[in-house]
Amino acid sequence: MTVTLLPYAACFAMVATGVTLLLERSLVRALTGVITLGNGVNLLIITAGGDPGGPPYVGTPGIADPLPQAMVLTAIVITLGVTAYLLALVHRSWQLSGSDEVQDDTEDRRVRLRARRGELSDAVRARQDDYRRLLAEQRAELARMEAEQAERQRLREVDLERRIFRVHTELEQWMREGRRQGLSEEELLRRLEDAGLREDVAPAEGVPVDNLRRLEELREQYERGREEQAARERALRRRLKARQREARKEMRAAIREERERQALARDPELEGED
Amino acid sequence: MEGLVCVPVLLPLLAAGVKLAIGGRLRRLQSAISLVALGISVAVSALLLAAADTRGPLVTELGGWPAPIGICLVADRLSTLVLLVSSAVTFCVMVYSVANAYAEQEHDAPMAIFHPAFLVMVAGVADAFLSGDLFNLFVAFELLLSGSYVLLTFGGTEPRIRAGATYTLMALASSMLFLIALAITYAATGTLSLAQLAQRFAGLPLHVQFLVELTLLLAFAIKAAIFPVSAWLPDSYPTAPAPATAVFAGLLTKVGVYSIIRLEALLFPRGPVATLLMWVALATMLAGVLGAVAQTDLKRMLSFTLVSHIGYMVFGVALSTVAGMSGAIFYMLHHITVQTSLFLVTGLIERRTGTTSVSRLGGLMTSTPLLAVLFFVPAMNLSGIPPMSGFLGKVLLVEAGLADGRPLPAVLVAAGLVTSLLTLYAIAKTWGKAFWRGPRAVRAGTVVESEEDTGEEPTVTTTLLPLALTASVGALVVLGLAFTVLAGPLSALTHRAAAELWAREPYVTAVLGGAP
Repeated sequence: MTVTLLPYAACFAMVATGVTLLLERSLVRALTGVITLGNGVNLLIITAGGDPGGPPYVGTPGIADPLPQAMVLTAIVITLGVTAYLLALVHRSWQLSGSDEVQDDTEDRRVRLRARRGELSDAVRARQDDYRRLLAEQRAELARMEAEQAERQRLREVDLERRIFRVHTELEQWMREGRRQGLSEEELLRRLEDAGLREDVAPAEGVPVDNLRRLEELREQYERGREEQAARERALRRRLKARQREARKEMRAAIREERERQALARDPELEGED
Repeated sequence: MEGLVCVPVLLPLLAAGVKLAIGGRLRRLQSAISLVALGISVAVSALLLAAADTRGPLVTELGGWPAPIGICLVADRLSTLVLLVSSAVTFCVMVYSVANAYAEQEHDAPMAIFHPAFLVMVAGVADAFLSGDLFNLFVAFELLLSGSYVLLTFGGTEPRIRAGATYTLMALASSMLFLIALAITYAATGTLSLAQLAQRFAGLPLHVQFLVELTLLLAFAIKAAIFPVSAWLPDSYPTAPAPATAVFAGLLTKVGVYSIIRLEALLFPRGPVATLLMWVALATMLAGVLGAVAQTDLKRMLSFTLVSHIGYMVFGVALSTVAGMSGAIFYMLHHITVQTSLFLVTGLIERRTGTTSVSRLGGLMTSTPLLAVLFFVPAMNLSGIPPMSGFLGKVLLVEAGLADGRPLPAVLVAAGLVTSLLTLYAIAKTWGKAFWRGPRAVRAGTVVESEEDTGEEPTVTTTLLPLALTASVGALVVLGLAFTVLAGPLSALTHRAAAELWAREPYVTAVLGGAP
């Protein structure tokens, strides 16, 4: 028996082609793969039977081995049947889904979906965390600004009180001096009124005669300051609120978008399975 | 007696032919034919077992050609034992599917397709067990596969078509691998008769032996769903109709295991590949059971335990001792009945509630106590609770593994115990959710499969479970328990079968008639 390389090379090529096609996702390609593979293997069996010889009659010398031929016939018939079955399968698959691609198995899809859902909910959670952090920051900023404002207010009030107190002490001093000079109470009151009504301040006397006026002024100034401050505060609050609203809206839109994408990714067939 | 050997193969084929000729008419006659054919198969298998046990292997030469030239069927202890259990199981499943068809008031079409496909598959399984020729084994595989293709895609719904596509392509790849191995074997030895191969392989160069053995092993491992090539099984089995899944789970993988036993015992006895098989068994046990723990669907969970428990049988074979082989055969017989009855009970649960998803089931304990018992007994049997045959099979394997003395079998024994525990965990988890917690009852009359899904009458849940359905499942559960009661004589029988396997002489002499 001599071994020729050609049949083996042909077997190898056919089997390799068949296996490559068999690995395809499309059923028709897989079917052609099965046919090619089957023929390659049949050729291998025939080759394994040895040299070709004469027709196999008992007693004739140099006959071909009939057994591999019988085996190949059987194998061909079986491949034919399976091919017909696969064609029916392809047809049914095409009827049902409009394609002959073999889908991933359920387990694979489920694992992939679970991973995807995990990613998505992580993303949503991260966004929510961001939003919460932003809110907390803004609240802290507001609180800080309010505290500063309150401190400034307190300082101004203290200053005003001190000045009012000084005016009072000066007035008392002046009245005490008047009494020591022997002025009567009526006289004192009259002079005080004169001083209060006098237009210009006489620095020589050392007494701020228009004390009442000054007090009024100071009070007015104080009130104005307070109002201004409140207006500023209101504006600030409004601005902060608007910023927060904006951020919240943005956040909600993002979350909704994520949820929609998530819902799309959820296969109704796999619902409730995990 | 020798003439009876071909009956388990020919009778179902004949019945399938007659039924195809009858078509959709005469439903009573149809179911009678199926049941009678399978019933006779059971009786003949029992006779064959008795004869093979007392008189040694029985041989039938097909077409009258003597052994090395023609193809022969050989019935030795192992094949008749497996044949008896498998035909008893297929008989019960046939009763189940006939009762199901009557209960559902199905049209004639399903019975006219389902029964012939089922019978062809049964014939293929019997042929694989009895085959004394490697090429005939290939034909038997194709026979049972073509039956199973039809059963798996029964009804032609989208999930079944998808599962059927992967299953078919996977099976085809394995068949092509088998054919390549046949070509190499024939080129190297000039024969495909198992008995003659047993004599001739020893004379071949070591690398050729290795090549043939590994190619055949890979082809059989795909059929038996052994770990690196097991991914197709949990994907395709759960979508099939309940009786089909039950028979697939019980028998088809076991045909692969049976072929591995023949390969390892008869053709390449005590070769170095045994160590490889040990590692593979370890991976199969652990990968399968970890998959089972993660599942929430009953059928998928059971499919993963199926993969996992194939590992026990491979372990027994890989030990290369009489005790190990005996344990593997015992475990195989136990597993055929238990796995089939579990899948059938799951079919009943689906019929009763409309779902097999554990997250939607609940309260089955109170609503259907009978179903709960029917599930509980084989489930505990599977996880190896002491008095049952699952435990006894594991004890046989553990004893054989520890008697070996090497470190690797000891590791496998430990892995086997861990697997057993994890199986119990997976089963207990399902039990707690589906049976014990508060009811999530689906009302009777809920449409399970609407008309658009199947193109047939809608399947509707019922509160009534027909007597014949529960009786057939109950018979299987009792068969599983019978292994416990008869464990003594049965393990003695498997021991004799294993001894006969490793001796190899009886098989070869019976086939070749003592000629060298």
